[in-house]
Amino acid sequence: MLPLDVVERRSSNFLRPFLRSADGAMKFGGLIVGSIILIAILAPVIAPHDPYDQELSARLLPPAWHAKGTWAHPLGTDQLGRDYMSRLIYGSRISILIGMSIVAISATIGTTLGGLAGYFKGRVDLFITFLITVRLSMPASLVALAVVSLVGNSLRSVILVLGFLLWDRFAVVTRTVVMHASTLEYVAAAQCLGCSTVRILVREILPNIASSLVVVATLEIAHAVLLEASLSFLGLGVQPPTPSWGLMMAEGKDQIFFSSWLIVFPGAALFLLMVGVNVLGDSLRQFAGSKGG
Amino acid sequence: MVYRIVIRRTLLSITVAITVSAIGFALLRLSGDLAQILAGQQATLEEVEVIRKAYGLDRPLQKQYLDWLKHMAVGDLGQSLFFQRPVASLLFERLPTTMILGCLSLALAMAIAVPLGIMGAIWKGSMVDRTALILSSLGQSMPSFWVALLLVWLFGVTLQWTPISGSQGWRNFILPSITLAFYSLPIILRLTRTEMIEVLQSDYLRTARAKGLTRFSIVFKHALRNAMRPVVAVGAVQLGYLLGGSIVIETIFAINGIGYLAWESILRSDFPIVQSILVVVSLIYVIMTLAADLLNAVLDPRQRGI
Repeated sequence: MLPLDVVERRSSNFLRPFLRSADGAMKFGGLIVGSIILIAILAPVIAPHDPYDQELSARLLPPAWHAKGTWAHPLGTDQLGRDYMSRLIYGSRISILIGMSIVAISATIGTTLGGLAGYFKGRVDLFITFLITVRLSMPASLVALAVVSLVGNSLRSVILVLGFLLWDRFAVVTRTVVMHASTLEYVAAAQCLGCSTVRILVREILPNIASSLVVVATLEIAHAVLLEASLSFLGLGVQPPTPSWGLMMAEGKDQIFFSSWLIVFPGAALFLLMVGVNVLGDSLRQFAGSKGG
Repeated sequence: MVYRIVIRRTLLSITVAITVSAIGFALLRLSGDLAQILAGQQATLEEVEVIRKAYGLDRPLQKQYLDWLKHMAVGDLGQSLFFQRPVASLLFERLPTTMILGCLSLALAMAIAVPLGIMGAIWKGSMVDRTALILSSLGQSMPSFWVALLLVWLFGVTLQWTPISGSQGWRNFILPSITLAFYSLPIILRLTRTEMIEVLQSDYLRTARAKGLTRFSIVFKHALRNAMRPVVAVGAVQLGYLLGGSIVIETIFAINGIGYLAWESILRSDFPIVQSILVVVSLIYVIMTLAADLLNAVLDPRQRGI
């Protein structure tokens, strides 16, 4: 438990307690996620080549440390002679963009449904719980695959379809937390003052449950990124030549006999992002749990 | 009263199943013009209309749905567009393979996760505990299709110990079940550990210790029975999940189960199959969840009172 005075003073309200108790795991996760976000932002600056540039004379070059590799392409090239490192770097943009957009949609749907269920209880709750059960009964990957194939696979359809599929955990958590929060005195006080229901939910309850939502959002980003990667891997996600880590693995899997780096690197990048996000999410959850809420 | 919970839960599950089937039906009908897709890109308007008539796609949606539901109720899942065979018999052929894969994976995951979880709970913070938690974090973070490809590369290509595709012999199931087991291991391990820690701290086990029972008897005779209840429930749900979630894995290893069939049919726009798999997998999930709930209600005397 190291004090982080400088960061703490600058941070917004609900993040402050997180940072004050930042332990090793949280910093580790934060560092990984932060670096990947930084790489995604700085992609045009740090990528050694254009990720779409095909150099047909330099196809399937191994990484630089191999005998046949060259430092011009540190991580080698793919079957079309595109620089693998640059594609990996640009791939981080796709994963992060997709993860965050999906979670923005699913968080909106999930917290709205969960908030209504937790606040109104009774029949509203019964109906929304039923919706959650129905959603959980449908295999997300199968539904996503089928719908994406019907509406045509593009970045936008993947984001929309997954966004409308992955709201269940937000709904479950928000419902539980709001159910507890709505019995507290400050809500009763707001009700006595004659505040509208929308105002109570958005202005009073939402800020108080934000820490729980941050935890869910972090873990759901991991879930969304992984699903996008598997959709792209199956050929029904992002379309070529966009550099998506899942798609890169799909393109590389036929070369598994001689060019194993084609699947090792994108998978490792995905794995690193997952570790970062999961460790961060878990340590945030432990903290939110230890607060007693 | 147990039977009241049973009736209530069963009714709920039936309602969920019907809703899921309606959503599945609507999703596949509304997200594109089926007649146009069946006719292909080059088809003229008249050809599309002929196909629309032939497949009955010109009727109102609710009528199509009710007809479809009626046929489903008697086991008629329609005709596959690609195979020109009844979907039901296709599924019947493929389902056992997926079931075997699911059961194998779950058994493997349980066999590793449960002992590790118990040891982690007994010796909290020990090397075993920490190793187990790291293992479960890895399982949680490694994309399953990456694990699959790495296993193929290591054991199939480099060492050549196992076949890398097909589902003819038992050796074909080794790598896919390891991959899927690795996927469901974390949740089982964490749950076993948390439940066990909680149970070990309970009053009745303090009494047991005070009575002077041996540690072995406390853990295996008294604690385990209570700690395992939620684990068994989650195992049942995981099995339902593995059946639906094995699309990627079955595709990588070319295992001839319903996941692979689903993927092929999606690529071929073979909707009767996709729709049926969606509904069948959801149905299995609903049944598994119901079974888990009922098991809980029957095994836990505390729930019977509610």
